[in-house]
Formats: sequence, C-alpha cells, structure tokens
Amino acid sequence: MSTELETRTYRVTRADLVAYANASGDQNPIHQDEQVARSVGLPGVIAHGMFTMALVGRAVESWTGPGRVVEIGCKFTKPVVVPEGDEGVEVSVAGTMGDAADGRASITMVVTCGDEKVLGAPKAVVRA
Amino acid sequence: MPIDQSLVGREFPATAPREVTEEHVRAFVEATGGEYAGQVPPTYPIVLTFDAMFGFLDAEKIDLFRIVHGDQKFGYERPIEIGDVLTATLSVGAVRQMGGADILRTTSEVRDAGGALVCTAAATLVHSGGDA
Repeated sequence: MSTELETRTYRVTRADLVAYANASGDQNPIHQDEQVARSVGLPGVIAHGMFTMALVGRAVESWTGPGRVVEIGCKFTKPVVVPEGDEGVEVSVAGTMGDAADGRASITMVVTCGDEKVLGAPKAVVRA
Repeated sequence: MPIDQSLVGREFPATAPREVTEEHVRAFVEATGGEYAGQVPPTYPIVLTFDAMFGFLDAEKIDLFRIVHGDQKFGYERPIEIGDVLTATLSVGAVRQMGGADILRTTSEVRDAGGALVCTAAATLVHSGGDA
C-alpha cells in the first residue's frame, strides 16, 4: 500500500533565482543572465538544480512536517527555463509515500515543469 | 589541469567553520518561496558543500563555468539546527571519462563543532570541454 500525496505547485521567477544565488553562494551567471546562458547553448536562463531540489525539500516537509528528512536526492536531468517577468514558470512536485518500515518511509516523486520531467528519480526517506 | 585518476581518494582541507544563523537560513528559505519557521531546510547544507567544492576547484585549477551538477544526495545523521557551527570536507571517490566529459563523484562530510558527522552530501560533477 502506498499513499498519493497532494501535488505541490511552486512559481519560480528570475527574482527568486537572484535571491537564491545570493543566499546559496552559487553566482553562476547562467542562472541570471540570458546572454551568458545562450552563449553556452542553453535555451535561456535556467534555475539552479539546487533551487529545484529545494522545492522538492519544501514539498516533502509540507507533507511530513519539518526536520524528518533522513535522506533526499535526485538527478538533474532537464533544465528549468525561467522566462523574464513576474509570471516566471511553474514547477510541480507529485509524491507517493510508501509504507513505513523500521520507522522510516520513502517518498518517490515526479517533478515537472510544463510537460517535462526535470529531475531523475527524486526520492526522500523520512522518519515516519 | 587534467582531471584524472590521481584525484581518486584525495581529501581536500575542511572549509572554514560556518555558523548556521537565523538570518541566513531565512534568506535561503525565502529565496525558494518558503516561509521561515525556525527550521533548517533539508537542502541547506549545499551552502557548505559549495564552499568545499569551490576550494577543490580552486586547488585543482578547474573552471566553475565548465561544471554541471549531475546529481545530489544528502544523508542525515541529525537535522541541522540554528547555531550549529559546521565544516565540510570534500573527497573525490571516482573519476571517469565519458563523451569528452570528466565525471567526478564527490562526497562531502558535514561535521559540527564537536567533530560529529551531521550530514553526508554526495554529488556527481560533470566537467565538460577544456583543452586538457
């Protein structure tokens, strides 16, 4: 038996990426500057992989409460392209929680932007 | 600087101790649209492991702009708390070449002021191009 969790949807704007760059220390210009991003072959400014993973962490804690994550991980498979303006782009995190065993439960997720999955095998293990 | 098997098993110096402050965690949480409520989010230690990665890239003369994040995983011994003073120590576990890119498997151990392991962060870094 597993439990479907309520899908979380988050909006990501360029202003968020600037704030995240300042908070995380990752000032790679591909996350802020359209020209630089295009010069290295990207379709536009992309979110930090760790920004998207932070949204995964946010979704997990919204489902379980804070401070329960024992393990969290993912592969960064597709870029999240963030257009200019307040609209930005939406990232959705759908999750399924497995049964608890030995006081722990696994949450497997599907993280999408538009129709595309942007993370590979996003998964968390939480204290049940 | 060529990236080769000589890196495997190398451990780089621990980062300077960094205190987890409410102010910084609040900025980190709010940047991702969250509301700070006193807890430290599970991807926060990336701040420490970035410090460790920068130290490693600098020591090996590797350009940051050539690095892409392949994957990331955090395993916790305990949740991080406000007031913790943390360091990260990065080591290189494996290096392989694929399609002109170097793929580095790194592990950073995040420890508290008493030296106890708090979190282990594993990352794959993909280094592309270069004239090595």
